[in-house]
Amino acid sequence: MIHERFDAIVVGAGMAGNAAALTLAKRGLKVIQLERGEYSGSKNVQGAILYADMLEKLIPDFREDAPLERHLVEQRFWMMDDRSHTGLHYRSDDFNEERPNRYTIIRAQFDKWFSSKVREAGAVVLCETTVTELAQDAYGRVIGVKTDRYGGEIHADVVVLAEGVNGLLGSRAGLRTTPPADKVALAVKEMHFLPRETIEARFNLSGDEGTVIEAVGTISRGMTGMGFIYANKECVSLGIGCLVSDFQKSGETPYGLLEAFKRHPSVAPLIAGAEVKEYSAHLIPEGGYKAIPQLYGEGWVVVGDAAALNNAIHREGSNLAMTSGRIAAEAIFQIKSRRDPMTAENLALYKKMLDDSFVIKDLKKYKDMPQLLHIQSQNFFLTYPQLVSKAMQNFVRVDGTPKVEKERTTLRSFVKARSWTGLFGDAFRLARAWR
Amino acid sequence: MHIIVCIKQVPDSAQIRVHPVTNTIMRQGVPTIINPYDLFALEAALALRDKLGGEVTVLTMGPPSAEDSLRKALTFGADRAVLLTDRFFAGADTLATTYALATAIRKINDVYGAADIVFTGKQTIDGDTAQVGPGIAKRLGLLQLTYVSKVGSLDLTARTIDVERRSEGGVQVLRTRLPCLVTMLEASNEIRRGTMADALRAARAEVVKWSAQDAGVEDISKCGLRGSPTIVKRVFAPPARAERASMVEFGQEPPADALIKAIFARQPKLEADLAELARGY
Amino acid sequence: MSEVGKTPTPAGRAGTKKELPEHFKAYKHVWVFIEQERGQVHPVSWELMGAGRKLADKLKVDLAAVVIGPNAEVTTQTAAESFRYGADLAYVVADDILSDYRNESYTKALTDVVNTYKPEILLLGATTLGRDLAGSVATTLLTGLTADCTELDVDTDGSLAATRPTFGGSLLCTIYTLNYRPQMATVRPRVMSMPEPVERPVGRIVFHPLGLVEDDIVTKVLSFMPDRDSAKSNLAYADVVVAGGLGLGSPENFQLVRQLAAVLGADYGCSRPLVQKGWAPADRQIGQTGKTIRPKLYIAAGISGAIQHRVGVEGADMIVAINTDKNAPIFDFAHVGIVTDAIRLLPALTEAFRARLSPHSRDRMAS
Ligand SMILES: Cc1cc2nc3c(=O)[nH]c(=O)nc-3n(C[C@H](O)[C@H](O)[C@H](O)COP(=O)(O)OP(=O)(O)OC[C@H]3O[C@@H](n4cnc5c(N)ncnc54)[C@H](O)[C@@H]3O)c2cc1C
Ligand SMILES: Cc1cc2nc3c(=O)[nH]c(=O)nc-3n(C[C@H](O)[C@H](O)[C@H](O)COP(=O)(O)OP(=O)(O)OC[C@H]3O[C@@H](n4cnc5c(N)ncnc54)[C@H](O)[C@@H]3O)c2cc1C
Ligand SMILES: Nc1ncnc2c1ncn2[C@@H]1O[C@H](COP(=O)(O)O)[C@@H](O)[C@H]1O
Repeated sequence: MIHERFDAIVVGAGMAGNAAALTLAKRGLKVIQLERGEYSGSKNVQGAILYADMLEKLIPDFREDAPLERHLVEQRFWMMDDRSHTGLHYRSDDFNEERPNRYTIIRAQFDKWFSSKVREAGAVVLCETTVTELAQDAYGRVIGVKTDRYGGEIHADVVVLAEGVNGLLGSRAGLRTTPPADKVALAVKEMHFLPRETIEARFNLSGDEGTVIEAVGTISRGMTGMGFIYANKECVSLGIGCLVSDFQKSGETPYGLLEAFKRHPSVAPLIAGAEVKEYSAHLIPEGGYKAIPQLYGEGWVVVGDAAALNNAIHREGSNLAMTSGRIAAEAIFQIKSRRDPMTAENLALYKKMLDDSFVIKDLKKYKDMPQLLHIQSQNFFLTYPQLVSKAMQNFVRVDGTPKVEKERTTLRSFVKARSWTGLFGDAFRLARAWR
Repeated sequence: MHIIVCIKQVPDSAQIRVHPVTNTIMRQGVPTIINPYDLFALEAALALRDKLGGEVTVLTMGPPSAEDSLRKALTFGADRAVLLTDRFFAGADTLATTYALATAIRKINDVYGAADIVFTGKQTIDGDTAQVGPGIAKRLGLLQLTYVSKVGSLDLTARTIDVERRSEGGVQVLRTRLPCLVTMLEASNEIRRGTMADALRAARAEVVKWSAQDAGVEDISKCGLRGSPTIVKRVFAPPARAERASMVEFGQEPPADALIKAIFARQPKLEADLAELARGY
Repeated sequence: MSEVGKTPTPAGRAGTKKELPEHFKAYKHVWVFIEQERGQVHPVSWELMGAGRKLADKLKVDLAAVVIGPNAEVTTQTAAESFRYGADLAYVVADDILSDYRNESYTKALTDVVNTYKPEILLLGATTLGRDLAGSVATTLLTGLTADCTELDVDTDGSLAATRPTFGGSLLCTIYTLNYRPQMATVRPRVMSMPEPVERPVGRIVFHPLGLVEDDIVTKVLSFMPDRDSAKSNLAYADVVVAGGLGLGSPENFQLVRQLAAVLGADYGCSRPLVQKGWAPADRQIGQTGKTIRPKLYIAAGISGAIQHRVGVEGADMIVAINTDKNAPIFDFAHVGIVTDAIRLLPALTEAFRARLSPHSRDRMAS
């Protein structure tokens, strides 16, 4: 056991853990951060989207040296059936601003950079160190952690659990329950490497401009899920995710879906000739507001994915992770400055501050969405995409049929598939969940 | 006892990609690691220190980011780390590399005590030459033991060391005098997992950083690109073979028979050769 | 070689132009170091004589063999033998101090002959001995050395163009030593083909003294433990090789490879992950960091055909690949391929070969 005492231990060096450790260290607390991967981000191989605003709060001048890929000038939404996609395409030169709002990043590189900032701020960062257990005293209060290193028990006033979606430590210590299969999605992802110029030509980009495609439809075979394509500098990240419970029920495999997604005639040309590296699978907490577990206790707080803080509708995770990590650290700092102990009662401050932030407010807004999408998955992910495709084709194809008739055919096919009440009901439910 | 271990940070070559059009290396996202062979050298050094006392200094020449590798070596339990970094070192071939490393080792000897043994890996996975070890030895006038699979007894009073060295067709048992340079063979040991105390110390340690001047380099023209007698003129992808394999289709026929037929159809002479070989067994 | 990592395209850079200093202009002829350990010539030396002959012919110079060894008949015999492989002359350093390979004595011997007779090109085998020696000699002579070449050629201006894999084998690069002499290169066993020896009269043999006594040499050989025959793999020189990869799934299934090898009188090998997993010993690894093979027939079961594996097997006359994935890269360079489960096919193939090749040995057990 290490006799040196720390103010705080941060478990995990993902977005949430790095934000927490950075904030604590900047505030002058004595922090040790433990990460099981070889370095921060080594397990987070995928490309992702970064939201600048939340990072700016932590590192205002991050644009100077952070490994950013492309800033997003464009967002495409696709509704897909097996041979087509119907798209909504938003692009604006406004996004070519001085301080762009969203970037694509490659997590492995980004996290490594983030971690170097944590180190510079004065935190002790130990990688290749897995926390095996929380150390608790006779009253069940968390007093530190045990690790897989020889002589590796460490004590501190408070433990920040930023261990990601699996949250084994929290579950093992009985601080939370393992999220059920219908509250987590399994996403599989690949990186397809292509020459820069090829990517720019295929996605209609220049310089460091980037684009994102998000796709729903028959690609998820009727399950609640979504496919995505991000253009990075020299690679395209591409993946698909669905609820774990849906996979269990349907017998589909994530990799099977990904293969089909890649073969789709709308996707295949984008990645043709690429060299595939880094296949990865990862869970995403998708239970939304209703799935948020207890966030604090005697000597501990939980942040980021480990706390199921993830906005499935907007595909936001890392910003909620960063923000919750930062807020937890601020709360700990306030308690510490008052020289108060890290009791559950005092740590409730974290929950209170989080409730006042966009994190909980956003999650509350969409609290009914996950369930709706889940129950209606056949309609939202199979029927509607097919209908929309049919309608579009009907609309676009010129074959001598009178336009009035075309419209009637389209409408008829909608009603036939879903009935009037079904259609209105879906629209109503969707609107209500969104509100 | 003072032991110096030379380690190199290398791109994890399993993850290197080649630009399909220009045939240049696409470096993006390729992680770096400590050259795997160097870990055998490091463990051999740490084991000797644990047995006989003393200190282990790790040394690398590389870009500033090579500090990561050094810190990792400290986590395993090395006592000190020296990073030799300077733009003058860029583009070095093995001869220029050994010049820089040998100069730094002399300086380490002066500042931290004369080394009894310098360890290197058998080879790197990027340069892959196995020349840097022998080159350092020659420049420092150290006795050289390459492809060592086992460090046997080490007598600090008599200043002798016995090792087992892999050679063609067998193992040589050699005895030589200290100071010497040892290049370690792979699979000769397994790198330890540092303790929590090692890890904490490593996280806080200062890595010593030397420029060419700090290290005492006298002739900068012997470093880097300028000091390299070899020149890379062309880099290209291995040429593709014109035709793909002819694929054996088997319907009702057992696949084994179909395959054998296809093999012998393509090279009829092979059957007689194989029959002869098979008889020989 | 230069670290191509830094600047792979140095065109137009200072120093890339050939400006051979005056004192190097006397360096002429191609030399091959003949590696002889415990009375045995390593076959790689004859392979290099084949390659060296071609270079010498292109340059219109002589090809010389350099033989270093004990002051005994084997050494002169080896020198004599070198003429059958194309030598125009041979340099010999014979001294009993040189019975065992030691870096100190061999470096002195080879450096001295080079400094005295000045070759422009010096080739060595990339064996443990050759690599140990080449590194020391090149550093002593302060000249360039290109390791593990896969191709040697002479450029229009007479420079040695040495091609070798780089970046873990994913690329090749061609390296020159323009302004230093000799231009040194090592080549791994089996990369060059073995030339046919021809009966030719023994030519000129130049003896050179070593100029060392045993007491000058610090390192002593305490003993030599030859590898047990049974443990020895003769992969590099086998006529038929059967190898397995990760696709076999378990160490037990790797036995299927050994059984087929036994029936074919073949040697067996594997891809690197199997060595890393401990399913097979290191000397069975085929590929860039293992053995290079040149058999008449190579059968690869459950091997994807990564570039590092490919460079070790491309010299095979016929490559047969068994893989469940029809898109596996191995089918890009195999001659015959079959898409099927190797675990099921291998036993059947063993039986079928057994039946076909020696009908009378049906009841003999494999392995
Ligand atoms: C395919 C996919 C795409 C996504 N795309 C986006 C996107 O575009 N934008 C976005 O904002 N979000 C995205 N997300 C969500 C986002 O990645 C997560 O919300 C975010 O990474 C959560 O951060 P975290 O720090 O809580 O967890 P993580 O980033 O998972 O970090 C947890 C860390 O803890 C370490 N750890 C775990 N257990 C232990 C232990 N016992 N001891 C020591 N260390 C431990 C892990 O190694 C890991 O480094 C995506 C997620 C997936 C799966
Ligand atoms: C510096 C460096 C040096 C290297 N040197 C070497 C080297 O010298 N030699 C070497 O081999 N590798 C080397 N490698 C590793 C190389 O890159 C590959 O990782 C390795 O060759 C892959 O081994 P594999 O084909 O057995 O495994 P995999 O790539 O995992 O392939 C397994 C194959 O088996 C197939 N398969 C699965 N099940 C079955 C079945 N039932 N029947 C038939 N087929 C099946 C799969 O489709 C797949 O193609 C090196 C790597 C590096 C970085
Ligand atoms: N830049 C470097 N810094 C420190 N050690 C090195 C460096 N390059 C090579 N070495 C050492 O020399 C050994 C052989 O390298 P190489 O000749 O490149 O195959 C390696 O295993 C290292 O121990």
